[in-house]
Parts: sequence; C-alpha cells; structure tokens
Amino acid sequence: MIESVSLPRMTHVVIIGNGISGITAARNIRKQSDYKITVISSETEYFFSRTAIMYIYMGHMKYEHTKPYEDWFWKKNKIDLLRDHVMKVNVQKKSLTLQSGETVSYDKLIIATGSKSNKFGWPGQDLQGVQSLYGYPDLELMEKNTKGIKHAVIVGGGLIGIEMAEMLLSRKIEVTFLVREKEFWDNVLPKQEASLISRHVRSHHVDLKLTTELKKIKGDGGRVTSIETRAGETIECQFVGLTAGVSPNIEFLNDSGIETKRGVLVNEYLETNVSDVFALGDCVERTYELPGRRTVEQVWYTGRMMGEVVAQTICGAKTKYEPGPWFNSAKFFDVEYQTYGHVGNTLKENESDFYWEHSSGLKCVHLVWDKTNDQFMGINTFGIRMRHECFDRWLREKRSIDFVMSHLAEANFDPEFFDRHEAEIQAKFREQLVSHSI
Amino acid sequence: MKAVKTFGLILFVAGFFIFNISFFWSSYELTPAIIKSQFSNSDKTELFIKQSEAIQNQLIKSNFEFVSKLDELFASVNHYYLKLYGVTEKEIDALVKHSADNIFSIAAIDLTFSVDHNITKQKNKLFKDYGGWLAGQQFSSAEELKTQLLSVSGKLNEYAIVSQFGFDRYAVRDLKYSLTKASALGPVKSNPLLFLLVTIGLSVLGSLLYIFPKLQLPSGIKNNGIFFNVMKNVQWLGILTGTWLIAFYVILYFYPEYMTNWVLMVDPVSELISGNEASRFFLYGFIYTLCILVMGVRMIIHYRHSKYQILRTYSVMFFQTAFAFLIPEILIRLNQPYFDFKNIWPLDYSFFFDNRLDTLLANGGVGIFMLVWGIALIIIAVPVLVYFFGKRWYCSWVCGCGGLAETLGDPYRQLSNKTLKFWKVERWMIHAVLVFAVVMTGGVLYTYFTDASWFLFFDTYKLREIYGAFIGAGFAGVVGTGFYPLMGNRTWCRFGCPLAAYLGIVQRFKSRFRITTNGGQCISCGNCSTYCEMGIDVRWYAQRGQNIVRSSCVGCGVCSSVCPRGVLNLEVKGEAGRFGTPILIGNNHVKIMD
Repeated sequence: MIESVSLPRMTHVVIIGNGISGITAARNIRKQSDYKITVISSETEYFFSRTAIMYIYMGHMKYEHTKPYEDWFWKKNKIDLLRDHVMKVNVQKKSLTLQSGETVSYDKLIIATGSKSNKFGWPGQDLQGVQSLYGYPDLELMEKNTKGIKHAVIVGGGLIGIEMAEMLLSRKIEVTFLVREKEFWDNVLPKQEASLISRHVRSHHVDLKLTTELKKIKGDGGRVTSIETRAGETIECQFVGLTAGVSPNIEFLNDSGIETKRGVLVNEYLETNVSDVFALGDCVERTYELPGRRTVEQVWYTGRMMGEVVAQTICGAKTKYEPGPWFNSAKFFDVEYQTYGHVGNTLKENESDFYWEHSSGLKCVHLVWDKTNDQFMGINTFGIRMRHECFDRWLREKRSIDFVMSHLAEANFDPEFFDRHEAEIQAKFREQLVSHSI
Repeated sequence: MKAVKTFGLILFVAGFFIFNISFFWSSYELTPAIIKSQFSNSDKTELFIKQSEAIQNQLIKSNFEFVSKLDELFASVNHYYLKLYGVTEKEIDALVKHSADNIFSIAAIDLTFSVDHNITKQKNKLFKDYGGWLAGQQFSSAEELKTQLLSVSGKLNEYAIVSQFGFDRYAVRDLKYSLTKASALGPVKSNPLLFLLVTIGLSVLGSLLYIFPKLQLPSGIKNNGIFFNVMKNVQWLGILTGTWLIAFYVILYFYPEYMTNWVLMVDPVSELISGNEASRFFLYGFIYTLCILVMGVRMIIHYRHSKYQILRTYSVMFFQTAFAFLIPEILIRLNQPYFDFKNIWPLDYSFFFDNRLDTLLANGGVGIFMLVWGIALIIIAVPVLVYFFGKRWYCSWVCGCGGLAETLGDPYRQLSNKTLKFWKVERWMIHAVLVFAVVMTGGVLYTYFTDASWFLFFDTYKLREIYGAFIGAGFAGVVGTGFYPLMGNRTWCRFGCPLAAYLGIVQRFKSRFRITTNGGQCISCGNCSTYCEMGIDVRWYAQRGQNIVRSSCVGCGVCSSVCPRGVLNLEVKGEAGRFGTPILIGNNHVKIMD
C-alpha cells in the first residue's frame, strides 16, 4: 500500500488593502518568510502613495510617479495582487467573499482598509459636484467635477481641506473655505500657529471664513449651485469639497465577529479578538493607551510602523507596537510644518511654553515643557526644518527645556546657506524667561 | 502683469522667428578677392579662381545653392588634380613590365616616371612614398604584382593627391564655411548689430519680460501644471523644441557653412572682445552664455525661497560668463592661448591633443602654467574637492554643461527616467565612455611622444576623430542638449560625461558628501524622485531612512527643495556612518531589513 503524503501547505497571508500599512506588512513578511502573500484592493492595481494625490491633480506628478515600486517588483517578490473588493469576512471558515463572487481562504488575515471620509448628513451632500478626497477614485471624480468651474467651497478646516484648496487654486478656481473654528486647525494647533497659517492661507487669495458652518448644499437638476451657511449667507459655487475628517473604513466587518468600535479593536500586538486576524493602520482603534497618542491615528507613518510590527509577529517574532514619541509633518501652501512630541492647542496646568515668530510671519517655533520639572515635551516648527533624530532622542532621554533650547542649532535640518535663527530664538527665550539659563 | 508676460512671449517668438528667417536671409557672390582672402596656398588659389569663373560675380540667392556650387567646385579642382597626378592603368602596366622576374623595385618607378618632367616627377615621388615599401618583393605572377600596384594607386588617388594638391574633407569643410561667410551679401551682412538686436536681443528681452512677473507669485515650490504643459511633458511643443535643438547642433558641428548668417551677427561682439571676427563657436558660446544668464534669472526667481539654489545659480552664471566665455576671448586679445580654466579633462577631451600641447608649450610661462593648472585640476582638484564637497562642486556649481542643464534645462528635469533598467544602462554607458576617453587620450599621447600613429591595434588619429564626432559632438552636443525636452536635462551628464564618471567614482567611494533623510518623516510622495534630473529614485532611499550615496548625484539640491516634509538634506560630515544601515525612526525594536 502506498501511503499518500500530503505536502504541508504553505501558509497563506491575505492582506485587505494596498495602502502603506498593508504593503509594508506584505514586503516585510516576504523579507522574512516564503509564505504565500495576497494583497486585495479594489482601488488601484498597484500600491501608490495616497499622500501624493494632490500633486497629480496639480500637475506636479503623474500617477505613475506616485508608485514607490516599479510594476515588476510585485511579481519578482511573489506578492500576488488581486484587484477585487472584499464584501464579507468569514472567520469560522477563514475565508473572504469578494465582489466578483470568488472566495479566498486565508491562514492569517491582515485588515488594512484605511479610512473613509466623514459626511455629517448635510442636506444636499449627495448632489453632483459634492465630494470628499481620500483615495484614487476621489481624484478621478474631482477631475470630472471641477472641469470648467469657477468657484468652489470647501467645508472643514483640516489637512485635507487645505490640500484641496491648494489643488483648486492651481487650476485657477476661486475657493471659499468654511472653517468651524476661530482660526484654521486651532483644534490641533495653538492659536499663534493657527493664526499664522490662517494669514498664510488668506495671502494665497483663499476666502477663508472662520467660525462658519455649513447649513445646506443647494442644487439644480442634481448638480450643486450654492451653499448656505448657518449664519444664512448663500455662496454660489459649482463644487463643494467635504473635508471634515476621516473615520475607519470597516463597515464590511459588521457581523463578522471581529470586534470594532470606532475602528477595528486591536491589542498591542495588533491582534483582533479573532485569532489569526490582525488589523493595521488607519482602520485600527487601540484598546490600550499610549502616552501622547490617540487610540485612532490616521497618519502615514503609523501605518508603516504597524506593517513592520505585524510582519515580525506573523513571522514568529512576536513584537509589540511601540511607536515612540509622536511626530508629524505637513505643508500648508508654502509653509512646512513639523512637530515632535506633544504640543497641545491649549496649555495644560502643568505646562509652560515659549513661542518665537520670524518677522516674515512665515516661520515660527513653539516649545512646550512641564514647568514642574522643566522636562521638554514637544515642539512645533513652521518654516524651519528640524532633525527628527535629535528630537526623538531628546524626548526619549527626557531632556530639559534648557538643554533643548541651548542645543537647538544641532537639530537644524535646513539646507546649506539658509538663514539661521537659533541665536535670535535663544535671545528671545533668555529675555522672556530670565529664570532659565541657556 | 499677465499682459507683460504675454508681451514678453510675443517678443520672444518674434525674435526667434526672425532668427530662423535670417538663416536664409543672404545672397552670395564669390569674387577672386574673397577667394584670395580665404586661401593660404597660392597654387590652389589660382586654380580655384580659374575653376570658379562660371560663378564669380554672380549673385546666388540661397545658401543651399551656393554651398552646392562650392561642393561642385571643390570636386572639380580635386578631379583636375586626380587627372593630372593620378596613376593610369597604362603606367601600372609599365611598372609591371619594368619589374624583372616580378620583383618590384625603385628602379621600376624611376623607369616609368621620368624625373625630368614636372608631372611625372611628382608621380615618381608619390609612388615612392606610397609604394616604395613593396620594393624588393617578388610576386608569383605579373597579375598579382599588378593587383598590388593597383591598390597602391587607389590609395594615392583617394588620399595623397587630394590632400597634397587638392582639398581633403577637412579643408573643404573649413573653406566652405569661410567662403560662404565671406561671400554673403544682404541685410544681415550690412547690419549685423541690427539683426543681433531683433533676433537674439528681442528673444532675451522677451524672455525676461516673461520671467519677471513670476516674482508676483508667493515664493515656494511652484510646479503647478508641469505635467499638463505641452513644452515640459514631451508633447508637441517639447518635441518641436527638441527637434530644433538637434538640428541646431547637427548644423553647428557638421554643416557650419549653412549657419554663417548667424555668425555674421555676432562679428561685432567678437571684434569688441577678442579683436577677431566671430567663429561659429564664438556664436555658440555667446548664445550658450545668454541662455545660462537669462534662464539663470528664471531659476533664481523660481527657487528664490532657497538660498542654496540662488547661490548655486549665481555660481554657474559666473563661471560660464567669466571662465568659459570672456577670459578665453580676452586671452586671445592678449596673444595668449585660448584657455578655459575650469574645463577639465576628460570632459575637455582634446586637452592632450598635439596641437593644444604645442600651443601651450610654445607660449612660455603662461602656457606652462595653463598646462600645469589643467593637470592639477585632474589629479588634485577633482579628488580633493569631491572629498570635501561631493561632485556637485563641479557638476552643479562650475561646469558649463551642468550650468546649461541647471538653467535652460531646469524646466525639463522631471523627464529623466527613474527605472532600474535605465540605471543599469547608465552605469555601463558612462564608464564605457570614460574608458574610451582614457584609451583615446593614451593613444594620442603615445603618438605625440613616439610619432607612431599606430598604438596597439588602432590608429590614434582615427580614434580621436571617432571620439570627437560621436562623443564630443554627437553625444555631448546633439544628444546632450537636443534631448532636453525628450529625456531630461542631464542626458549627457548621466549617460556620457567621462568627467562625471570620474568625479562619481570618487564621490561614491571617498567623500564626505551624502544626502541624509530625516528620521521617519518621509511619506513616499515621490516629488524627490520625479524632480531628480539624474534619474535617481531618491524616494527609494528616503522611505527607508537610508543616506543617499550615489555616484551620479550632482548635488543640485532640488530633491530637498521639493520635499513637502523636510526629509532630505545635502550634508557634508565625517565619513563614519555614511553608508550606515537605514535608520528609519520607527517602532522600537524593529530593524529595517534588506
């Protein structure tokens, strides 16, 4: 009698979503294993950098420039790309039902489905010419919606809103920008920075309407013609951008048995409540606290880090997600912004701060420390590039504000020959805070 | 302001249009006086004057017709001498007959070509020069001897007679150019300054009017619409521009006789600076310098938020104007050798050519200084400065090719190919050109010192000619600049420049220069890679937090300028950690793996 030998089937890792989180996981799993890897996405065939969508619209780049890896990369590295949409996850059978009707079974599942744009049920939000901006289909829609138009209204003053304003202006479309807050993004930025950015936005001829909220969007024949604000003002427009934030894209997991709240709930190993199911990136909500970090963090690099972490765990080296001190960056028209550590929009009781602004009104730094022990907590910097590595180290080493202030020059990351401001910043610090010695 | 911009564009187009029209805008009349002024050899002059009687003092309307008449003239003069001194088959038969036992001898030559007669005396000498080496050889049959002698007479007819008595192709090229220029009649010839003003002058003025309104935009990266632009995205206007540039270079290097009207326009400028009438390379240098200056102004306005870009642009504008254009011309005025103090072998591939070495050696202290300076640039300046600053000290701060690429070429920087395939091609090609340049120069020096034209298995004259035509003119000129709107502004620097290859080898292995990346801030947007003129996939390094140490990087700094998150910085510091492992700041305990 011949014994039938069944070869051990290769572990199949299926990743839903081809954004930075899912793709980083795929690449890192490939580096460490020979598992079969399948990435499923309905958005685009290949991984592209969603952060560059604005540059495609503005003509700085073409879509192909936004792909960080050449198309041959995936085949060469045996990462299967499947262009489809996952409708349902069956955790008992360990399988996925796709829009095409196919089913895919997995041994390990990674959910990395990112976000979707918030819509708050405004009347008229589904009219033609009204849209959000998050993924590639939104870019194509925006291209269509803004063809030949004169005036646009953007609702919601966050990072996507300001990008959208810049995009529209690049096509010579007038922009009215409705922002609920007193200054642009002052729910995140301290008032000095928020005001600096508000001024900068206005200098680009954006009609920035602060403390203004949308009441309804009006249309004619299905297409937007104007909006009305809460204050009763009517603004004619042919396009409305809804940019009031994003939230995890997880509806397809309803009834799957995978626990969700705002996002897919994960522990510090990025495991969900179901074994062999992991979740990463924007769509995740942490069930545990990390100092200085929100439980849902929709930024590029956290997705990337989670991808690296989950790859370790899946390949046998169980690793905790520990992203270290908070940092981020953005660009508001011509002003670059970087932040390291914690700088809240208002000071807490134990906090003290120092703010310096350059006479041009386009550069500033804002440092915050704990006044009970002088420990440096964080910095916002606008128009001056700073070295991540320095601030990361100083935050981890719990350096004092005086140390940071006196070593500021070391952290400068501006190109050669740029004007340096450390001496001026330090002089002002000494003048304002005579008790400190730097 | 929009009106100013439009007006500027109209002026530019008008100036450019008249410039192109003026290419054709002369009539030509050849006179004995003109012929005498352009010829040095009196025998040839007389014959040429006689042969050209049919077209003398007759107005020829187009340069094409005039040049073709000249071609016919040179052919007929050459034909005359071939008939006169060419060895006939009858004479070959006589040579065979005089060779007893099929042994060829000098006596056979003397018996066939009498030295008493002027023409046969010449033939006698020519045949001894070219066939003397056969003397003493015995051939198996008369037929075989005849075949051998026919081959000698073939070479005589092909090379010796034409170059000794008639006009070889080099002489024809030079004389066609100088005769055409001297024979021109018409508006350009009579008003060169006026034409200079309404062509190049108007274009410069128009360009500046087009550029200055950019100052009204807020400073910062303004790349809006580049990939929708018909000029900057290989669309019809870009292709048309590329075609024009390619045609310009082909005419400049290979058919200069057609562009004499343009050269006439800059005669007054050349006379003012060096005291001589303009050569076609004076015209080229003049336009080249203006392009760098005008487009340098654009570059400065475009990147006015970056002091690095501003200083770098001032630098290339200065080195082009002073070092490449004015100083060499002034040296001529002072009766010193023409010398560009910033041009370095092997980019300056003819630095060790015999004619240039002889010129330098014949000019006493100044010539010796120039020779030593040129050699010091190669063996001291390149390694030392690249060690301290990276190859950018030359490629994007000093070099003329780099200067043009960074100014005139800046609008096309996004067209360089970033694929791995092109990187592979680049590495093979540029190092092959470097090897070619070294071998060619070695051969030329070997010939210089030994007088033997054969080095190993090649003819050094042929080799330098091939290098000059294919690399010096074809690659650096026609492809180098003509391909700006098609393949980006650094095609030559990336794929062909042997000096860039040399600088790159030093930069790759022994330098303090690198581009550093800023922790974990990269968002992989791709602006850096898109705007890298050298086709480096900068993002590939940035997104994994790895220093960028690439031999091809010319340090233009644009990746750093266009980065929206402040990730990239050109830095010089200690060599330790230059090739360090990626240090992406990320999750604790997770190391990036290759």
